[in-house]
Amino acid sequence: MAKIQLNGKKVSIKPKATIYELLKKFKLNNKKIAIEHNGIIIPKSNYKKKYLKNNDKLEVVHFIGGG
Amino acid sequence: MKKDIFKIANKRLKSRLIVGTGKYKNFKQTAQAIKESGADMVTVAVRRVNIIDKKKPILTDYLNPKKIIYLPNTAGCFTSEEALRTLRLAREMGGWKLVKLEVLGDKKTLYPNMIETLKSTKTLVKEGFKVMVYCTDDLLLAKKLEDLGASAIMPLASPIGSGLGLQNKVNISLIIKQSKVPVIVDAGIGTASDATIAMEMGCDGVLINSAIAKAKDPIKMAQAFKNAVIAGRNCYLAGRMKKNYFAIPSSPTDGLI
Repeated sequence: MAKIQLNGKKVSIKPKATIYELLKKFKLNNKKIAIEHNGIIIPKSNYKKKYLKNNDKLEVVHFIGGG
Repeated sequence: MKKDIFKIANKRLKSRLIVGTGKYKNFKQTAQAIKESGADMVTVAVRRVNIIDKKKPILTDYLNPKKIIYLPNTAGCFTSEEALRTLRLAREMGGWKLVKLEVLGDKKTLYPNMIETLKSTKTLVKEGFKVMVYCTDDLLLAKKLEDLGASAIMPLASPIGSGLGLQNKVNISLIIKQSKVPVIVDAGIGTASDATIAMEMGCDGVLINSAIAKAKDPIKMAQAFKNAVIAGRNCYLAGRMKKNYFAIPSSPTDGLI
């Protein structure tokens, strides 16, 4: 298992999982989000290519109400 | 009569009222208030997805980004780095190039940090963003923003969420006179008449959130703001009468009995 930080929370994922697989696991709609992987924004087209490893930091954001 | 067109960075808007989507009781109320306001552009914030509880409703379920223009903002950012990070993520999310930049400088007043704001504007313009910039009502800084390539100048009427209305009409007027890009009064509008006054002065638009969301009846207030902005704009276009120090009778004096 690999441990990563997902939106500030520690979560365990299977080793060599891609961002795409992680989104599937958490049932996140990739059309409505943006992802930052260790401080770098990942284009949607690379979700299947980007592998996650131990201690990675992932931020998943979306739009919410705001002024 | 010439058609009154409102354009921000080549985006044509029907309404001169831009509405924030924060502080409402729920998304249903948000959606209804926005519908009643007639606004075709709304501001939205960028935040972490709730990974644990995904049953919670989300904004896009209630406001379709294909039908209404989402204007991502940087609310809550206190440095240029935070603001840039937020807007780059927003762009990745849906391809949005038109964004609202606000870099705050003080937690109590949420007053804009203009040094960081100018720095961020420069970078964002270079990266191809169309930036609408929340700013102080300082004439020289507003000009500087325009020179840096801002798509709209958004001076505050008074602090965010204060509802204190237009506190420095002279400065706002001077900014309107000097600007070639749209000037949109942002923050501090408390009631419909504040919006009318801003529009009468020649503002190109107003951005309202709290004054609608925090009204006792936000839906009715959204209607009030819609009409207030239209009234103010028409008044500006019509050109008000001259002020006189003494009375001038409205009825003819000839033929008095």
